[in-house]
This record gives sequence, C-alpha cells and structure tokens, in this order.
Amino acid sequence: MKRLINIFWLGTKELRSLQRDTVLVIFVIYAFTFAIYTQATGTSSEVNNASIAFVDEDQSALSKRMYEAFYPPRFKLPVVIKADEADRMIDNGSFMFVVVVPPRFEADVRAGRNPEVQVNIDATAMQQASIGAGYIRNILTDQVWSFIRRTEDKPELPVTVVVRKAYNPNGITSWFTSVVAIINQITTLTMILTGAALIREREHGTIEHMLVMPLSAFEIALAKVWANSLVVLVAATISLFLVVKTILAVPIAGSPVLFLGGVVLYLFFGTALGIFLGTITRSMAQFALLIILIIIVLQLLSGGNTPVESQPWWMQRLTLVLPSRHFVAFSQAIIYRGAGIETVWPQFLAVTGIGLGLFGFSLSLFRKSIAVSR
Amino acid sequence: MSTLTQPVATITGLTHRYGKTRALDNIAIELPSGCMVGLIGPDGVGKSTLMGIIAGAKKIQTGTANVLGGDIADRRHRNAVCPRIAYMPQGLGKNLYFELSVFENIDFFAQLFGLSRSERKTRIAELLKATGLDPFPDRPAGKLSGGMKQKVGLCGALVHDPDLLILDEPTTGVDPLSRQQFWTLVNNIRSGRPGMSVLVSTAYMDEADQFDWLIAMDAGKVLATGTPSELKERTGCGTLEETFVALLPPEKRGEAHRLTIPPRVETNAEPAIVAKNLTRKFGKFVAVNSVNFTIERGEIFGFLGSNGCGKSTTMKMLTGLLPASEGEAWLFGKPVDPNNEDARMRVGYMSQAFSLYGELTVAQNLWIHARLYHLPAESRRPRIDELVERFGLGQYINDLPESIPLGVRQRLSLAVAVIHEPELLILDEPTSGVDPVARDEFWELLINLSREKQVTIFISTHFMNEALRCDRISLMHAGTVLACDTPNALMAARGTESLEEAFIGYIADAIGEPAKPNQAAAEPVVAAEPASEHPVSESWFQVGRMLAYTRREALEIRRDPVRLAFAFVGSLVLMLAFGFGITTDVENIRFAALDLDQTPESRAYVAQFESSRYFIRQPPMESHPEEARRLKANDISLAIEMPTNFGRDVKRDSGPEVSTVVDGANPFRAETIKQYVTNVNQLYVRRNPNHPSSARFPAHSGGIQTRYLYNPTFESVYAIVPSIPPILLVLIPAILMAVSVVREKELGSIVNFFVTPTTRLEFLLGKQIPYIAIGMMNYFLLMLMSIVVFQVPLKGSGLMLTVCALLYVTATTGIGLLVSTFTPSQVAAVFVTAILTILPTTQFSGLLQPVSTLEGRARIVGSLWPTTYYMHASVGAFTKGLGPKLLAGDLVCLALFIPVLTVLTASALKRQES
Repeated sequence: MKRLINIFWLGTKELRSLQRDTVLVIFVIYAFTFAIYTQATGTSSEVNNASIAFVDEDQSALSKRMYEAFYPPRFKLPVVIKADEADRMIDNGSFMFVVVVPPRFEADVRAGRNPEVQVNIDATAMQQASIGAGYIRNILTDQVWSFIRRTEDKPELPVTVVVRKAYNPNGITSWFTSVVAIINQITTLTMILTGAALIREREHGTIEHMLVMPLSAFEIALAKVWANSLVVLVAATISLFLVVKTILAVPIAGSPVLFLGGVVLYLFFGTALGIFLGTITRSMAQFALLIILIIIVLQLLSGGNTPVESQPWWMQRLTLVLPSRHFVAFSQAIIYRGAGIETVWPQFLAVTGIGLGLFGFSLSLFRKSIAVSR
Repeated sequence: MSTLTQPVATITGLTHRYGKTRALDNIAIELPSGCMVGLIGPDGVGKSTLMGIIAGAKKIQTGTANVLGGDIADRRHRNAVCPRIAYMPQGLGKNLYFELSVFENIDFFAQLFGLSRSERKTRIAELLKATGLDPFPDRPAGKLSGGMKQKVGLCGALVHDPDLLILDEPTTGVDPLSRQQFWTLVNNIRSGRPGMSVLVSTAYMDEADQFDWLIAMDAGKVLATGTPSELKERTGCGTLEETFVALLPPEKRGEAHRLTIPPRVETNAEPAIVAKNLTRKFGKFVAVNSVNFTIERGEIFGFLGSNGCGKSTTMKMLTGLLPASEGEAWLFGKPVDPNNEDARMRVGYMSQAFSLYGELTVAQNLWIHARLYHLPAESRRPRIDELVERFGLGQYINDLPESIPLGVRQRLSLAVAVIHEPELLILDEPTSGVDPVARDEFWELLINLSREKQVTIFISTHFMNEALRCDRISLMHAGTVLACDTPNALMAARGTESLEEAFIGYIADAIGEPAKPNQAAAEPVVAAEPASEHPVSESWFQVGRMLAYTRREALEIRRDPVRLAFAFVGSLVLMLAFGFGITTDVENIRFAALDLDQTPESRAYVAQFESSRYFIRQPPMESHPEEARRLKANDISLAIEMPTNFGRDVKRDSGPEVSTVVDGANPFRAETIKQYVTNVNQLYVRRNPNHPSSARFPAHSGGIQTRYLYNPTFESVYAIVPSIPPILLVLIPAILMAVSVVREKELGSIVNFFVTPTTRLEFLLGKQIPYIAIGMMNYFLLMLMSIVVFQVPLKGSGLMLTVCALLYVTATTGIGLLVSTFTPSQVAAVFVTAILTILPTTQFSGLLQPVSTLEGRARIVGSLWPTTYYMHASVGAFTKGLGPKLLAGDLVCLALFIPVLTVLTASALKRQES
C-alpha cells in the first residue's frame, strides 16, 4: 500500500515535470498529429508520375494507340525518343521505362506472326519498377488484344481471374502508412520520454536525492513507467481516433479497445527499454546517439515497413525477439483484419513476456548503476 | 605595452540582461593597469559577465568597454588585441580538453597563437617547470585534481605572454595548499612581467586581501572600488568579509547581529555516526582511504576539504547511496544498509548540487516530499506552514526554484531535508556560491536545529570561517582524513593563527612538500619574447591554426569510445538492418485453395500457383468461414476459390471466373500479389495448348518481353544495398559533426575560439577534417560490406565513386556544422540533425521514388539535397555499371554544395557569446 502511494505520487511528479517541458510537449503533440498525417499522406507505394518513353519504330496506328494509353497521374505523358537515345536516357535516370515497338509490329500482329514489344525497366527503382512493369504489361496487352478483337472479333481470355483485396479494397496507401506511423511514434516517444526523464534526473542529481528517501529503485522505475506510458497512451488514443479514423478516414475493423490494450503491453516494453538505455548511458548526448540506432533497427525490422516474410529466414528468427515485430503483427491484425483476442493472444503474450524480462533486467541494472554512480 | 597611467579597461554604461534578470546594471568603471584587480562578490552578481565582456568573449548588449586602447566591440580591434589578452573562464578546467594530456592542452593554445614548434617546446617546458606540473605532461587533463587543472589552464593562458590576464574564480573549490601555490605562481609571473595587468574574481575574501585594487559587486552593480585597506577604512570593519556585508544596501544586510553558537549539551546516547576504516575505490582510484570518525548526537561536525578530496563520497557511503569497498559504518548503532527504509526516515540529506525538482514550485516540492515521507495527512499542512514560516519561503511559495535567489533555494533544500524531522542531517557543501549574508542566515537555521532540536549535523564545506563554527572538524585531503578535532585544538596543534594555515600545514606534511612553494617555482617566469612579434592576428586563414583544431579533434574523438562506437559500430549495424530489413521483393506468399469443384482442371489451376517461386501452398480450406478466419490470422495472404463447375466450364469454354482474395493490409504487397495472380492466370491459359479454347485464342499474337536493366533477376538487394551508404554517410557524419561543435558550446571550451585569434574558417575546417576522415573510413567499410556480405558487385568506376564520396562526406559534415550553429544542446543537435536529414534523404533523394518522378516542392528539395546526387552515383556505379563520364555530372553537383554550405555556416557561426 505504501509502495503504491509512493509510485502514484512519484508518477504525478513525472507528469508535472513533463508538463513544464514545453519543447517535449510540443514534440509529443507534433509526433502524434502532423507527423502521422504527413507520413500517411506523403509517401505512396502507388506508381505516380512514372516517366516513360517510347521508341516507335513502327509508326503505325497500333503503336500510336499504345502510347496514347499512358497518361497521368500514374504515368507522365510518354515521350517519343530515338532508338539510339534509349540506353543513355535510362542510364542517367531520365526515364524509368522505355518501351520499344519494333518495325512492322502492327502488320506482324495482324498476320499472327508473334512479334514482341520490348519493355526496358530501370530495375534500380525497385518498388516503382515492379508495380509499374505490371501496369505497362497490362495496358499494352489490353491495347493489343482489343485491337485484335476489333479487327478479328476474338473472345476474351478463356479463364478470367478476379482479384479482390480484402481489408483495403482500393489499396489506399494511407490506410497502411498511418497505422505504421502511429506504431513507430509509440516506439520512439516512449523510449525518449522515459530515458530522457531518467537521465535528466541523474544529470540534475535528483535521482540521488530520491534514493536517500524511503523509496526503492522499483518504485522510482515503476513511477516512470506508468506516467510516461499514460502520456503516450493518451496521445496514441487521440491520434488513433482523431487523425487516423476521422481525418484520414481509415476504417478500424477490430476493437479499438483491444488495440489500445495491446498498446499498453507494448508501452511497458518501451518504457523498460527507455530505463535500460537511460541507465547504461552516461549523458543525454550518448543516449541520443544510441537511441537513433535502436529506433531505426526496431522500426525497420518490425515488419511495418517491409513484411517480415521478405526477410531472410535467419533474420525472421532473430526478429522474433523484437517486441516491435509482434506489436506490428497484432496491430495490423486488429485494425485491418478485425482480429479478436483469440487470434492475437500469442503476440500479446510475446510482448508482455519480453517487456517483463527487460523490465526486470533494467531494474537490476538501474539498482547497480545507482550503487556505482558518483 | 600598457603604461601605468592609462587604465587597462574603461567601461561606461554597461548593461547586460539574461532574459528578465540584469546581470550588469549600468556599470561604469576604470580598471587601473599594471596591477592585480580583484572582483569580489557572491555567485550571480555579474562578475563573470563583466570579465567575459572585457575578454571579448561576450557580446556587449548596451554600453561600451574600452580594452587595451580600443573598443572591444569593434571586431578589428578585438582581432588586434586578442593575442595580448588571456582569459581563463570560471569552472575547474573549463577551457581545457579533458581527454587531452597536459602537454597537448598547452600545446594546442600555443599553436593557436602561432608559436613555432621549437618555441612551443621550450615555452611549455618552462611553464610546466614553473607550475610544478613537469612530472606529468602526459596525464589527461580530466584526471588531474582541481588545483592542477587550474594550473594547466593558467599555463594555457600564459603561453603567449599576454598583457592582460583575466582569471574568473581560478581557485574556487581548490584545496588551500594548491590555492597558495597558485597565487605564488601568479605573483612570480607578474614579477617577471611587471607591465602585465591581472583581473581576477574570487569568492574567498581572504584571498582578495592580497590584491592591489578591488571592485565589490552586488546584483549587477558596483558597490565600491579601492584598495583593500581603503575599503576596510571606509566601512570601519576589520575583515573584508564584514566590509563586503557593510557595503551592501541596508535591506540586504540582514539582521545585524553576529552569529553566536550556544554550547552543546552533551548526551550519553550512542553516537549518531561511527565510521571505521571506511574505504571506497573506483577501479584503481582510491577515492576514500580508510576513514575513521565518530559523530556524537547533537554535534555539528564539519568536513573540510577541496573538490574531489572524497567528502561527497564519504557522505554518500554514510547515506547508503554508495556501498563501501572496505570498512564499516554505523548510523545510530546500526550498520548502514541501503535497503533499510526506516533508517532513511531518521536521516535528512542535502546533496552538493541543487537536487529538488526544478519543474515543481516551492510548494509542490514541499508537498511531494511530505507525501513521500508519509507524514500523516493531518500533520502535513501544519508542518509545511511551519517550515515556510521558519525558513522564510512565504513570498516564493508559488515560484519555480530556478527563479528564486540561490540563498533561498538552499533554504528550500534544507526545509525539504528536514520535513520529516530527521535526527541526523547530512549536508554536502550547502553554501557554495551563496553570498555571506545568506550564508549566515543558513547557519542560523542549522545552529537552531542543532541546539534546540538536538539534530546531529554533518556538514562539508570549503569555507574556513564556516569550519570554525563547527563543534569538531575533520580535515580531508586526497581521500584521507588528516586530522580531526575542534578547530581551536587543530590550530593549537600546528601553532598557527588561522585554520587555513593549519590545514596547509597538514596537507604539506601529508604529501611531503614544504608548506612554502618550492624554490623552482619561485623563480620569476620570464617571457620568451615579446608577444607583439608574433604576427598572429594578421591573416584570415592560417593552415597551422586550422591543423591545431584538426589535431585536437582527432585526438579527442580517438579517446572517446562512445562516439567512436557510434561512428563505426553504428554504421555496421545500420547497414545490416537496412540491407536485410528493407526489401521490395514479395516472396513466400502463403496461399490456400478452397476447391468447390474438385476436378482435374481445378486442381491443375491451383497447381499452377504452386509451381511459381513466389507462392507457398498451405493446407486447403473447407469453407468460406475458414477462409475468412485464416486470412484474419495472417495464416495465408492469398485465398483462391475454385468455383463449382470450373472443370465443366473450361471444357465448354464458357469463360469460367476464378475469384481470389488477397490480404490487403499492406497495399504495396497486395498490389504485387495481384499482379502475380494475373500473370499466373495468363500462364495457365498459354501453357495449355490442348485446351479447347486455345485453338481460338491468339496466345502468340503480340507478346511483351520485359527487360530488367542492370538487375536482370530483379532482386531488390542490387538496388537497395547501393542506396544504403548514401543514407548512412549523411546521417552519421552529420550527427557526429553537429555534436562535436555543440559539445564545445555545452562544456564551455568554445570560449577558446572566442578569445584566440582563430578565424571562423580555421575553426570550421579544422574541426571538419577529422569527421571527413571518419566518413571516408565508413565509406570504405560500407563498400566492403556491400561487396562481401551482400554480394553486390561494383560494376562501374570505383575511383570516381570514391571521389564522389569524398565530396559527399564533405558536404554532409558541412550540413552538421550548419545545424550546430543553431542548436543549443547536444541532444537537440542529435535529434534536429536526424530529423532534418532523414526526411529529404529517404523521401526526396530517389530512394523510393526516382527524383525524375517527383514534382513541385519535393522535386526542389530533392534537387537541393546532396544525397540525390550521391545516391545516383552510388547506384550508378554499383548496379548500372556507369563509368567516369556518366558520374561526372554528380561529381560537379556534389562539389557545388561545399562552398555554399561553408559560406552559410561561417556567416551563421557566432564569434562571441551573446
């Protein structure tokens, strides 16, 4: 009971301190509103404005028809270039795609002689290249086939396949990126807030002051955990409902309460990591350097940016120890796929387990560090 | 050289504000030349500001300061006279570089003042000998005692024979013997250079007695000027300390009674503290060496000693903050146990630094402590009211601790320390920097606690007059207690008049040195040559000075494991994380079929997917609900639904429709899967020549051949890996660069740039060179990893790419320098640099989207950001196999960034502190 009271009052002190730190407060607000909005709307995995050129050696009605089928916003209006320019222009990055229509293409198509259009792709622009190439193939095929059909009255494909995208039928990027952005901000903010609070205390000497009071390291650490978690939780909740659900109009398929419950578990890990980093670093500057490395690794390998399935197999095993990976997995399951606790409990368990382990470890380090601090 | 008739500095109407507070309030004063001028007054009265302005380190807000025959606000004059001024800022070793050795530190200053190699060698040898530092030229400055640090600082200041020496509290926190030696040294130097003027500030009034001329300051105003004897005469006081109090305006003098200490009532209770052979080691360093003492109940026990002598460490061991390496200690008869919370209820502790919450008001601080000490709810308010009343905190109750005077802040700390009515108070230097009046008030509270409440007080101090007030004191030096007794007994034992002399005697005995400075140091230090012969300030760029910065920075970073690790381990880890973590390859797509038809045709269709390298088949599904469930659980990413009668429809050629569901959570992945599905369907159609419809279907009437240039297998590793070094080579060098400059701002060594003849360009380029070198080492490391770990071959011109990398790293460190000009702290430098660089680097430099597809602002930002060109060069050289000719354009663009960034930074860099 005494302990709980101490943890409570120490936590209120954390909140008061944060409230006076205008820069940090503004940073939190920014991170959960504007930053999420810009990240969600700014990037796009769609092909946009792709630069395309045609080498038209046929100069026929069909070839003209083919390049007229490309228009904004997906593609820039195609530029017709000479055959000998093609390599150079793709080398210096002027065009991502160069379509070469061979001479007598239309005539050969009519005669059923199996001519081939060549699509040259700058394969160094991966994301755009792969999707763009697919579009180009489809557009060109459509044009050729509809040209044939018009002239020879041929049927469509004998077997058609209908692809329906579940959860995000139109493939809107912001649905995905907004949630990834919230997840990333939660990771970043909890670590920075907790770690910075700890280092600030040490730099100001207040931590020593607390330790001569009848308080234990556990109480001090847990006060930081609940206070900073609360701040991030409130910010994330507001962000989820206001920015993601209302402004960006992302439908939340599952239960927001379940998601926020998962966030709480993850916050426990985040604050524990903050305490860990705040303990092992000697100054704010070291902390800042270290945190940048850790945040990048935690975010990149979480599966939020590139799916975990695309990592090499050995790395997929390794990343199982990253709670951020489980966090991303259950967030996506709940928010997009409407999964319930019966589906996501393994991830919840993993996050809790790793969080508890890290907290215990940080706590013992924290105790030791206090013992040797001068 | 200045003459005796002309003042060395004339100040008129000088006012300096920090926010709302006036540090200097319309000061007008003339400093006589050729003598030792002392500035006296407690902390925060404007002494340091005044000295900084005279030294040219601080920018003047209003008023004028004429120093060495010219206006110090005038840049040309400042440049001309700065070789004649030496400035040692406040703080032990504030302008030193702690990672550098004694010799390297002094050598750095000598290089800045353009001394030749041989001159430097002889001059430094001379100075080290004179200061008695000659046995340890290779010891890192950070490992020296406070007194030795100050001597190194003095050497650095004297290396170029200044005409005006400005010393800001050079002896605060230094042990009395070192202090005595320091002043002897200064006097020797003055006798060797009689024309030199010295301006010095001090908090010790007894030191000020020996100065030629004094300026007493309070609250930004000059109280009085004159020789020490003149001042004493004017006020009719015996000591300078009393004189100073008498000079204060009446409302500040406090109650005019002298502090009296009633005799202590002896009790028979067990002692409050017993320490037996208490020892504390930090690695090899013995901070406290076998300390013994007993403190009786109700006693005021003083610990006297310099900074770093082990006072705080001993106190921390007694509070349980720090476990003892050896020995034992008892509080109230029980062994000290850090986990014993009841014992902590009986002890109040006030640490050296102000350790309350700056973000909580005075009242909030009191309340939270009342709660954490579990005062009963009903007695909290009366207790707090009582403390507020007795400690005079009433008028500050809702203020933040930062905004209240230092003396009041210390009273607040004391109030907090006694809120739970402890029986023992441990106070670690509670009165440092506090003005004499506030100090007396503080002591009055202590005496009251001791004599009326029988609280035992264990206090450490470096003020002799405070030590005299203690019942007993223990003299501490270098971790050992030299003596322990009543002040009078100690003086009697050494046969000295003052406690200071007694203490000096004990220290001298302990270290085996004569109490008087040795003869070698007593020889006057003669100037090697007149300073004016060194043409130091003439040129705007000197390679020697620039290289002095380069050498120093390189040494510093080589000795800083954290930054080194960040530079190399950081890029290694990030390269692996990026290289393996980012991929646009969509593979290993788990799919399952819901086959409602179960004919050879439907099975053949599904088998088509299995044969693709992108798909992995999972156990088939039985029903629609199962399909929904498995998609939800992320068990599969693709569900294929074969309609009933598929086989029949295929045979009849009536155009059956297969429906598939893709997990759309990740839109990019979903889109790619959708294309794969479409392709598989087309393949199915084409690969079935026996298919009834194929005869009618013109499968070969117009094919599309896709050629993936540069990367025929279309694996993202070939595109991603060469794109990572451009990101890391901006992030890491820029952050390290920004931190290195801001670190100097935070630690205070930037003042060396303000007060030496260094030009902006020398400073910037000098500091930049080591980081360019680190960047290039990183470049080679990353290159090696790309080729060896990720197996991405370099197909194009490696030499050209290396030249591009050199220019790129120069530009990115330049960005770091630019950021450092406007960031106030190292943390801000790290985060601002990271945020500013990551966005344009990842979004607008062609990493995700080729710059050619960007539009509007994004295109402009992309074109103005160096990563765009280096990314192009790196991907070009690695994957596209571009030769020198095609990389030349990037090289030229990268080169253009360098002068632009340098000019921008140089114009933004402040040459003076504001």
